[in-house]
Amino acid sequence: MSEILVVAEHRQGQLRPPSLELVGAAHAARRAPSDRIVVALIAQDASQLVPSLSVTGVDEIVTVRSPVAEFEPEIFARAVRGLIEARRPALVLLPHSVDSFGYAAALAAHGGCGFATDIFKIEYDSGGKLIATRGGYGQKVAVEVEFPDKDVIVLAVRAGVFRAPEGSAAPQVTTFETDLGRARTSSVGFIDSSSADDVDMAGVEFILAIGRGVGEQANVERFRELAAAIGATLGCSRPVADAGWLPKSRQIGQSGKTASGCKLYIAMGISGAIQHLAGMKHVATIVAVNSDPGASIFSVAKYGIVGDLFEVAEALEQQFK
Amino acid sequence: MKVLVAVKQVAALDEDFEIRADGRDVEPDFLIRDLNEWDEYSLEEAVRIREAGTAPVEVIVVCVGPEDADEALRKCLAKGADRAVRVWDEALAGSDAIAIARVLAAVARKEAPDLLFAGVQASDHAFAATGVATAALLGWPHAAVVAGLTYTPGAKSAVVRRELEGGTLHEMQIECPAVLTIQLGINAPRYASLRSIKQAAAKPIEVLGLEELGIAAGEVGEAGSAARVRRMYIPDRGRAQMLEGSVEEQAARLAQIIKDATGSAR
Repeated sequence: MSEILVVAEHRQGQLRPPSLELVGAAHAARRAPSDRIVVALIAQDASQLVPSLSVTGVDEIVTVRSPVAEFEPEIFARAVRGLIEARRPALVLLPHSVDSFGYAAALAAHGGCGFATDIFKIEYDSGGKLIATRGGYGQKVAVEVEFPDKDVIVLAVRAGVFRAPEGSAAPQVTTFETDLGRARTSSVGFIDSSSADDVDMAGVEFILAIGRGVGEQANVERFRELAAAIGATLGCSRPVADAGWLPKSRQIGQSGKTASGCKLYIAMGISGAIQHLAGMKHVATIVAVNSDPGASIFSVAKYGIVGDLFEVAEALEQQFK
Repeated sequence: MKVLVAVKQVAALDEDFEIRADGRDVEPDFLIRDLNEWDEYSLEEAVRIREAGTAPVEVIVVCVGPEDADEALRKCLAKGADRAVRVWDEALAGSDAIAIARVLAAVARKEAPDLLFAGVQASDHAFAATGVATAALLGWPHAAVVAGLTYTPGAKSAVVRRELEGGTLHEMQIECPAVLTIQLGINAPRYASLRSIKQAAAKPIEVLGLEELGIAAGEVGEAGSAARVRRMYIPDRGRAQMLEGSVEEQAARLAQIIKDATGSAR
């Protein structure tokens, strides 16, 4: 029997969704049905988060009392390292998230453990060795990685791949103490950077999204007209918002909005970086227009057009006159 | 004071490419190399600290890579870096983010910067690990996915804004020296002028080996890595139904798709 340690993520008093997906991942990654799934909850006030983590499959919740309310990278790294040393889990699962970018690699740098990030598949070979799969070269290839001679393997798991368990359970709740040291960063506060606009992209049903392919700011107007003509709301991928051509509130993707209410999504000049896909790949009807036939966006789109954006835009607008 | 900027020469795949005979990587002939996009932003952020002019600041770029990585370093010199360092040894082949971090940490100990910047991730393999692993090896405070920075050269702390999921920013104060991983969009990177490109071509690049940094060959490469590539393959992926024909025919099909999906009678 071995142990799988899952590290829960929370922010402003709320459990973050990847935490429960990791329980699903842990369940799928058990080597034997007797493997225990233990969730580590590193928080100032763990008690309020315990109920939302008491889900099917969790055998134990181990709480570590943090001196601070919000995520602090060194506190998290020391707490998880302490748990690894004390419990020697075979596998440690973290979300591949902004918080984990801040401490996951620190575990691997010191701990001598196996480590890989953005994992979307976990399996075992015939000899019982763990194999994890991630993407490579801008997600154009799949890469299987292995961890020779590592007793403990730390994996940061991609969001939206594994399903969170649905039922509730009554896991054992324990506490763990370790030297968390002194925090050298301190939280000042949270700022919502995307509220300054009239549109909430999460609620929009029909989005015309533009990306780097539009080329320059002067061309954005062309697509604003097209959006108006076809009845869509104009959205964008990261490069367009970063350049300031459209407000941040229009950005679809991991660090922008999720197109939760969207039914039809037309992506023009968007190559389809994984961070963009995270915000839109669930949409029922996706149409991609791109000059590069190899663009990743075509792997999630239902319909595709390989061609010049501006010519397609012009011809499409004609259809609505 | 000094800002050390860790950069990577990334590889993108050509439209058609082949997997190497051992099945563990792509044939190098099919790789198109360039400076990592994230690193353009971290370099720019460092150069802006210097240009603010409140104190003398030296911006040093460091890259772990073979000789052809000089191209990425020259690009950095053209865009405002004062000095470039490249580290290479054949033993570094097969290194993952953790092994690369051992080299960067050794360079940071040698240079003793006040801030070390790295990109949040590299566009090719997107580990999002190298910067923070370097910080851990140095024992320095660190913050990842920094989309805003307020720092006065010589100050004992900086204020950073981490870009969280969903567009929220988390403002934190951090003690220096620190390692920050820099996110796209933190600034608008400059273009290099023709004159600065010419000047950069004439600047020296300091080349270091493992011995000079006190690193044993076994600490890097596959032996010093936390993971080993077992197999690389082209995944079976969903593929959009392509709308063919003239652009007018394509547009007519697309218009019909829009009308069907939106229930519009137009």
